[in-house]
Amino acid sequence: MDFKTALFYILSAILVIAALRVVTARNPVHAVLFLVLAFFNASGLWLLLQAEFLAIALIVVYVGAVMVLFLFVVMMLDINLERLRQGFWGNLWLGGPIAVLMVAEMVAVLSARSFGLEAMPAPAAVAGSNTKALGVAIYTDYIYPFELASVILLVALIAAIVLNLRQRRDNKQLHPAEQIAVRRQDRVRIVSMPSEKE
Amino acid sequence: MINFAMPDLYPASAEIFLLIMACAVLLIDLVSGGRRWLCYLLAQLSLAGCFGITFFTLDGQAVTTFSNMFVDDLFADLLKLALYPAVAMTLVYGRSYLAARNLDRGEFYVLVLFATLGMMVMISASHFVSLYLGIELLALSMYALVAIDRDSARATEAAMKYFVLGAMASGLLLYGMSMVYGAVGSLEIAEIGQRVALGGGNKTVLVFGLVFVVAGLAFKLGVVPFHMWVPDVYHGAPTAVTLLLGSAPKLAALAIVLRMLVTGLAELAEHWQVMLMILAALSIALGNLAAIAQTNLKRMLAYSAISHMGFMLLGVLAGIVGGDPRFALNAYTSATFYAIAYVLMSLGGFGMILLLSRTGFEAENIEDFKGLNKRSPWFAGIMLMLMFSMAGVPFFVGFFAKFLVLQAVVAAGHLWLAVFAVMFSLVGAFYYLRVVKVMYFDAPTDSAPIEAPRDMRYLLSANGIAVALLGLLPAGVLEYSMWASYAFLIGQ
Repeated sequence: MDFKTALFYILSAILVIAALRVVTARNPVHAVLFLVLAFFNASGLWLLLQAEFLAIALIVVYVGAVMVLFLFVVMMLDINLERLRQGFWGNLWLGGPIAVLMVAEMVAVLSARSFGLEAMPAPAAVAGSNTKALGVAIYTDYIYPFELASVILLVALIAAIVLNLRQRRDNKQLHPAEQIAVRRQDRVRIVSMPSEKE
Repeated sequence: MINFAMPDLYPASAEIFLLIMACAVLLIDLVSGGRRWLCYLLAQLSLAGCFGITFFTLDGQAVTTFSNMFVDDLFADLLKLALYPAVAMTLVYGRSYLAARNLDRGEFYVLVLFATLGMMVMISASHFVSLYLGIELLALSMYALVAIDRDSARATEAAMKYFVLGAMASGLLLYGMSMVYGAVGSLEIAEIGQRVALGGGNKTVLVFGLVFVVAGLAFKLGVVPFHMWVPDVYHGAPTAVTLLLGSAPKLAALAIVLRMLVTGLAELAEHWQVMLMILAALSIALGNLAAIAQTNLKRMLAYSAISHMGFMLLGVLAGIVGGDPRFALNAYTSATFYAIAYVLMSLGGFGMILLLSRTGFEAENIEDFKGLNKRSPWFAGIMLMLMFSMAGVPFFVGFFAKFLVLQAVVAAGHLWLAVFAVMFSLVGAFYYLRVVKVMYFDAPTDSAPIEAPRDMRYLLSANGIAVALLGLLPAGVLEYSMWASYAFLIGQ
């Protein structure tokens, strides 16, 4: 076993364990941290495949941005996992056998026989930087999906604002322009009253 | 070093126009200063513009562009020409409902335009990536639209369910697509079809991927057993959004089902036919049975949508018989006809709920239709025609749609399936006729006059009359569907 193969097995083993712990951890914060660990190992696997751009993107985007956001959300929501798990044992008699059946079927198909290197030979490695190759592909052959993805992001932006921007009736927001442009008659009302005697 | 040929933008001109208009509406909304009719008008003009562009660039040739990711064939053009009016009608029907609930903000129209763009991308997709992105663009806009009444707990719950289950469906679909890609080595739908036909790809892996693809599509179509979200979302969403959700996307769904299964995976037809058979039979049975128990008209129409989608799938699965494509034109014509007829009926059905709703009141229960004949004999008549048509009473358009699908199924040799579908359609007739009974034979509990704008009254009347007239004279729509299917088949 050469160094790369050994590294592959180590990374894969940690990845699988971390992924398992994501769904079994009792504390949601731990689950998120295990997911971060899983991402790190997955990016290591990509590095082994010489896909350095994807490996870095996974770290920067998922670990750096998405998972931090996840952590914030998990900490703020204060989820009571015990209550979420209440239905677990009640549904196990139905869910368990189906899950076992599906896993068995998937294992039967996703074996080395149909997914090994003989059945699916690895594509030729890109000469030179694969960041550049990816960039060229995105802006030429894949320009249409790239633009569509940007439209989807725009919709996500609009949707987030539509669903969350609230103009409160009772807010005490100041409008400096209006304050500067104010005139005397807007603020002071002169009332004529009969003079009072002692 | 980089050979970059500018993609031909002409075939996608309608999509580009709509994208520009959607962004323009978004900006104009900022400066419109409360003139809400402006966004409405611009949205309608955008749809009319798209209709014009698609209509005047209509030709029989199939052109692909953007590295074969986008196809502009007659099938796509004809479906899009049916799509624009359907979306425009939802806007007309929904306008006063939204205004009464203060939901007719510019963003509503922007999101509707983006959803329409998503449907157009789906219809024109010739590549798994563009197809998936079209689905997501539609779905994301719809999630936001369902939740747009953000003070309503029911709408928020519906949006959450729709979002979570929709995300799961996308996951299933993507997993299936990745398996197909792994087996065949291409994401281009026509290319996949050719490679599989030439014996490429491991059959086990392909069928494994196919299972996930069909499950993902079934989720998006809302057929049993992937239907759980349909009643809750139809019920929880504001009715104007339900109207959009239940009409135009069905045309786009038909397009992607045909493109993925028939163009891409026709060689696996014996496998997906069995799956579609089970999905269709279960949908027709459960949709019709569960609809009987509903007292809420929106939920009832949701279950009826499940059974109608089952019927549409019957048309899709009858196309290939043992590798013999002779039946294809007939079967896909029936499926297309069914989709168009269903969109028309669904628009009318939800349109009636919108017609009777007013500020602070939703006419969403069947009881709210009590004695409609006394309040407005004209609209009771329209609803009668819509319900008869959905039930498949001769000679309304729904009857012809069912008839065409059933003859395609019988021609394909699945007699028992046709008998099964007819039996459950008879069960289904009960709940449609109950609405008619309530309208004509019960005393009205609600005596408020129907206050709907004139354009909506006229359009809804035209919609109801169209359902009756197209049943008597179905030749035009039939020929339209036939051309669409013909173009789809020669484009393969």
